[in-house]
Amino acid sequence: MKLELRGITKRFGGLVANDQIDLVVEPGEIHGLLGENGAGKSTLMNVLYGLYDPDDGQILVDDQKVDFDGPGDAMAAGIGMVHQHFMLVPVFTVAENVMLGQEHVRRAGFLDLEAARRQVSEISQRYGFHVDPDAFVEDLPVGVQQRVEIIKALVRKAKVLILDEPTAVLTPQETDELIGIMRQLKSGGTSIVFITHKLREVRAVADRITVLRRGQVVGQAAPTASETELASMMVGRAVLLRVDKGPATPGEATFVVENLTVADERAHLAVDDVSFEVRTGEILAVAGVQGNGQTELAEAIMGLRPAISGSVRLHGAELIGRDVRHVLGAGVGFVPEDRTVDGLVSSFTVAENLVLDLYDRPPFGSGLSLRLGELRANAEQRVEEFDIRTTSTESKAETLSGGNQQKVVVARELSRPLKLLLASQPTRGLDVGSIEFVHKRVVRERDQGTPVIIVSTELDEISALADRIAVMYRGRLVGIVDGGTNRDVLGLMMAGIPVDEAVAQAQARPTVVEHLDDGSATTAGQDGVPT
Amino acid sequence: MSDERQPPASNEPDGTAHPAERSPGAVQPSPDDTSEVWSRRLVRELTGGTALLTILSVVLALAIGGILIAISDPDVQDAWSYFFSQPGDTFSAAWDSVSSAYSAMFSGAIVDFNEYNIGRALRPLGETLTNATPLIAAGLSVALAFRAGLFNIGAEGQIIFGAILAAYVGFAWDLPVGIHLVLGVLAGMLGGAIWGGIVGVLKARTGAHEVITTIMLNYVARFLLLYLLTTSLFQRPGASNPISPPIVESAQLPRLLGSGSRLHLGFVVVLLAALFVWWLLSRSTAGFQFRAVGANPHAARTAGMSVERSYTSVMLIAGALAGLAGVSQVLGTERVLTTGISSGFGFDAITVALLGRASPWGTVAAGLLFGALRAGGVTMQAGTGTPIDIVLVVQSLIVLFIAAPPLVRAIFRIRVAGVESPVSDLQKGWNA
Repeated sequence: MKLELRGITKRFGGLVANDQIDLVVEPGEIHGLLGENGAGKSTLMNVLYGLYDPDDGQILVDDQKVDFDGPGDAMAAGIGMVHQHFMLVPVFTVAENVMLGQEHVRRAGFLDLEAARRQVSEISQRYGFHVDPDAFVEDLPVGVQQRVEIIKALVRKAKVLILDEPTAVLTPQETDELIGIMRQLKSGGTSIVFITHKLREVRAVADRITVLRRGQVVGQAAPTASETELASMMVGRAVLLRVDKGPATPGEATFVVENLTVADERAHLAVDDVSFEVRTGEILAVAGVQGNGQTELAEAIMGLRPAISGSVRLHGAELIGRDVRHVLGAGVGFVPEDRTVDGLVSSFTVAENLVLDLYDRPPFGSGLSLRLGELRANAEQRVEEFDIRTTSTESKAETLSGGNQQKVVVARELSRPLKLLLASQPTRGLDVGSIEFVHKRVVRERDQGTPVIIVSTELDEISALADRIAVMYRGRLVGIVDGGTNRDVLGLMMAGIPVDEAVAQAQARPTVVEHLDDGSATTAGQDGVPT
Repeated sequence: MSDERQPPASNEPDGTAHPAERSPGAVQPSPDDTSEVWSRRLVRELTGGTALLTILSVVLALAIGGILIAISDPDVQDAWSYFFSQPGDTFSAAWDSVSSAYSAMFSGAIVDFNEYNIGRALRPLGETLTNATPLIAAGLSVALAFRAGLFNIGAEGQIIFGAILAAYVGFAWDLPVGIHLVLGVLAGMLGGAIWGGIVGVLKARTGAHEVITTIMLNYVARFLLLYLLTTSLFQRPGASNPISPPIVESAQLPRLLGSGSRLHLGFVVVLLAALFVWWLLSRSTAGFQFRAVGANPHAARTAGMSVERSYTSVMLIAGALAGLAGVSQVLGTERVLTTGISSGFGFDAITVALLGRASPWGTVAAGLLFGALRAGGVTMQAGTGTPIDIVLVVQSLIVLFIAAPPLVRAIFRIRVAGVESPVSDLQKGWNA
């Protein structure tokens, strides 16, 4: 099936999210759609999937003009979509999920689960998916859940499969498997639109690459194009692909975590007997696939979540058992992983957000009253220093772009003398310019002698920033390795394999993605914002 | 829950929440979380609306009220019977009934042009302000709680308990002039603060939802009052009906316009309370915390604020404000404690706070409007026979229109500048 988009334009108020976009997906082609967060990739795909009505332009399937009123129409036309966040019912089995929305019924309205199970087994066998139709989705690893989504699309006879940032939640090894699956689907005649901002992956698998920037197609590229080339197309200027950072000069270990154990909401052990220390002037990166206890570790350090046992000491003073206010007061700067939930009050002004954890201390609070003049002066200074792009310090935070929102959070946390900086996913969903800026500030903080902990699921970010890397898997620390450790080794450790074994395995079976020609360069993009 | 985590992403179309919401099989968040989201959305919708929409809502409600007046009028109904032979009669009858009803309402609420004495002509205005006093006080209570992320449905109960304490100090104690009044006012505010504080503590300690607890405490307060007025402690000696002894003069809020009007000092006190709430919300560190907790408790907690303490403090202050409404009723307007002391002011206060967009001065304005509707409605019923229930309908329609801004925009064909928003936040309701 040939899919063609002609002159697609989609506006949101004054903002043009898609501007006259042309895109042709040939039958049996893997088409990479590359662009930064906010470039309009997801909007375009939502138009294609019938979720948005385009303001202008046409969609053609096999040279016939089509009109999609909703995902149902798109599915009927043979377009399947795997969203970044899976649309599965966790308490249903694979077969039940697959038949959801397209239930087969036998006489008297009984569900024909047997038919759905047969379909799952058949597709699973044909492509070597290894998916058990009777497994409950919530028990499956993320990579397998993704395959269930793909099966869902295939059962609905999808000829074009849209994968929206499919690798954001996968380890490098799982990504490798996905790439294998994509190639198999392609050889079976299915076309794939692969949306990503990760240069490495798109080069590894795509037949053709279309690059979007600010809602426009800025060009096409062959997978042989170098990463630097793609990155500059994506960003619109030459991009420095690595963080400019000198060697660390670690001093004393002022921050010590010992045997820390933390439970999550369901009373499962989220952090299990974790110990590490961070020295002044070094960056320790905590790596791991999302949901392996990093979030809970950070929350326990901050006093946002009670610890079951263990100790966290900063300059010898115990932080466990103290509330957030005390921990912040002890000199810990905290950049939470989700800025819109934990970092900012979106209906507050930029000035107010810049003092969110300082409002009642001098000079901002005196007695019972708030000194608005001081708030304004502080805001003007920070906006200048951190290059926060806002129309005014009195603008609401929600009117800022993601990158500028994050700068507000970072500016606030770095605006006081720190004894520890703890930043979770500091560049998630940011554009390249903001990523560079945030990384630079983090490194500067390190160079001033502050111990820094970066929690990130993004290997690119980890390799770019870390002096040492602690890898977490299912709440346990798999190991702490040097900052320059090979990505394949890190990937295997993220799947729970101990260091020595991981090194041996990585040498025996290197992944496709790691060993592209200029694979040594770090990529520009970071983890996508959830859409 | 992904959409909870995102502001309306005007700058990043890639980050909008719509695709996920509208996709088939999107995972719905648990009901527990959605009610939180829903309530925060409502607060944002209320505080973020424009003054224009508010005014249009009122106009629209009055217009529909007019239609109802016309339909229910017997003269108009008669004229309908020969509509096709003389359609003009129907329209003139309708016009007569609506204009006379609304002009009666106006003369009952603002100024009576049939009186030549200026004092007597302005007496209706005094009545409006008298009615507005408890509405504003209780409205401020609801508005403050709103801004701090709490739905205070319990102003009614807080008014009643405040009135009980104020009344007791007012009739049972014998104190010097000045001190007596101050103590009476403080007792009333303390009563309200206790009744509100219970809600705050329950919310902070156990997570009990304030909507449930406030509604239940309304019942408790109401029946407590009924009971107390049968005891020797509260019932007027020798009386067989449930009524307290009269408030001693030294505890009464003095009349402002002499004996011709019921307007009393409470109105001034309530305006000062509005000033206080304005200062609290926009100029104080405590208010900064309240607003942060109200707008985003997660970020507030992460920034080291105690969400629980904030809930408790807010409910104490909100309760005291509602208690002030009870004070104004019992020490100012009625000067005696009866079973109907609050007469629904606590519930109208919710509407007043909604209409005032949960801002202090907006609440004052809305309180004045509702005070006028209450005062004028009585005159309208007496003068033209139009049922006072029309006032209730108008009030309800105002709330309806305010809760559905897209409806008002559609009716008046107002185009929204800025971001296209196909569905308003409020409409998405529980599932969003």
